[in-house]
Amino acid sequence: MKNKSLSFWLFLGPVLISLCVVVLVPLIYGFIFSFTDWTGLKGSNFIGLENYVDLFKDKEFLQSIWFTTKFAVVAIILLNVIGLGLALLVTRKLKSSNFLRTIFFMPNLIGGLILGFIWQFIFINVFDGVGKLLHMEWLSGWLSTTETGFWGLIILTVWQWAGYIMIIYIAYLEGVPQELIEAAEMDGANSFQRFRNVTFPLIRPAFTVCLFLTLSHSFKMYDQNLSLTAGGPFNSTQMVAMEIYKTAFNENLMAFAQSKAVIFFIIVAGIGLTQVYFNKKKEVDL
Amino acid sequence: MKKKKRNLLILEIVGLLLALLWLSPFYIMIVNSIKTKKEIFSDVIGIPEEWTFENFSNAFIDLDFIHSFINSLIITIFSVGIIIIFSAMAAYALQRNKSKLSGMIFFIFVAAMLIPFQSVMIPLVSLFGKVEMLNQVGLIFMYLGFGSSLSIFLYHGSLSSVAVSLDEAATIDGANKWQIFWRIIFPILKPISVTVGILNVIWIWNDYLLPSLVLNEQSATIPLKMFFFFGQYTKQWHLALAGLTIAIIPVIIVYFFAQKHIIKGVSDGAVK
Repeated sequence: MKNKSLSFWLFLGPVLISLCVVVLVPLIYGFIFSFTDWTGLKGSNFIGLENYVDLFKDKEFLQSIWFTTKFAVVAIILLNVIGLGLALLVTRKLKSSNFLRTIFFMPNLIGGLILGFIWQFIFINVFDGVGKLLHMEWLSGWLSTTETGFWGLIILTVWQWAGYIMIIYIAYLEGVPQELIEAAEMDGANSFQRFRNVTFPLIRPAFTVCLFLTLSHSFKMYDQNLSLTAGGPFNSTQMVAMEIYKTAFNENLMAFAQSKAVIFFIIVAGIGLTQVYFNKKKEVDL
Repeated sequence: MKKKKRNLLILEIVGLLLALLWLSPFYIMIVNSIKTKKEIFSDVIGIPEEWTFENFSNAFIDLDFIHSFINSLIITIFSVGIIIIFSAMAAYALQRNKSKLSGMIFFIFVAAMLIPFQSVMIPLVSLFGKVEMLNQVGLIFMYLGFGSSLSIFLYHGSLSSVAVSLDEAATIDGANKWQIFWRIIFPILKPISVTVGILNVIWIWNDYLLPSLVLNEQSATIPLKMFFFFGQYTKQWHLALAGLTIAIIPVIIVYFFAQKHIIKGVSDGAVK
């Protein structure tokens, strides 16, 4: 019996230690020093809730949360509509079906940082060139305003992530029994009715998965933000993750940044827990 | 029936047009990486009359590409290797042990998936800085900590379909836990190991933020080097685009050979 528990801990040891050192201890340690005025140097004082009071007066932080929320809402809608659209397209019996999946998924394999740089060139130089050629002024000056920065980030995210969302929808679409679709066809349902009344209810769990995936992905986004707009102009396209980074490592307000990180943790973990709740509910329904 | 065929043809064309749209950023990147600075200014869309490969050799040298490629390779191989080995072992211990404590530890691992990196980033860097572990070894250890949750979760799921009678039979034959795991269980888990490996490779190979906080310029990985490189050449797009192309080529080559596994791996990882 003793031997059994020894092997249990030996098998578990490496990951348990690394999880504690890398995630759990920093989480608790960070929570504690978010109540201090630590700036990265030696010595700090306990200042109670001051950081948390200040962050609700910090315009840049509040703006980054608002910007991230707006971004998340638009990204969720577009990603799911386009992702589902692509999934429906490539699950038809097309000759190019596999080829199309490969292409649509490709951007996911490349880092957000690199993709952001490519799109920076496209938005600034290619859009401008095409705009001049076709006399469309709205194509010039992209990424130099908050508005074009926002849509630039959205276009990049949709292009990069739609293929991933597509893959998830495909997995659920392929689980829809073919007999049901055929039966509906026999009964005279057209393709829209078949989708609306047969496929759609059966792939509903996919919506929950994709919804929360895009939501938490949007909130955690950093690389694309850094390489595409770097938060500019005037920090107006700065998302939460980047705002925390800047407060910590550019302004050296470590403890203040950590209090923002705690709020950030509550938001992201809250999103995750809501998802778990919906998944559990779904299991009961089945 | 004829109408159905025509519809499929239309969809086929729509699909191919969308594929072209999806590929267009890559086209733009490549086509401009073989132009001179002047040509990019005069025509950003067309194929140049004369192809210049000088950009590539310049970018290749400035990126110190072989060096940063090896750095990326070292970090990725070691991190993913230990994630696979230790997560599989841990998941096996947790899945086979039905005690309350075991269930609680598994729950902690799963719950840790909810913790975003930025919320532990500052204390993590400060702690590792104190013990002078802001280096490659420290980074690999961090990847084990961040990567183990999802990996254990995936292994745990597929272990429940591996019959316990296999363990029992091997125990009767005199094998100890270590032997049972490596000779019997781990080989059975190969499909899920492929999934775990693929998901972690995609993440670690492309990760920018964590290495940027941990590594110095000497040991910089490709994304990190790319960031420094880009800062140097902001207004010299011919060089920057050649650099980006070089950075992407290895990924595309791997994708070309392993696309079926990759798409299946990502799909399994997301849906489970």
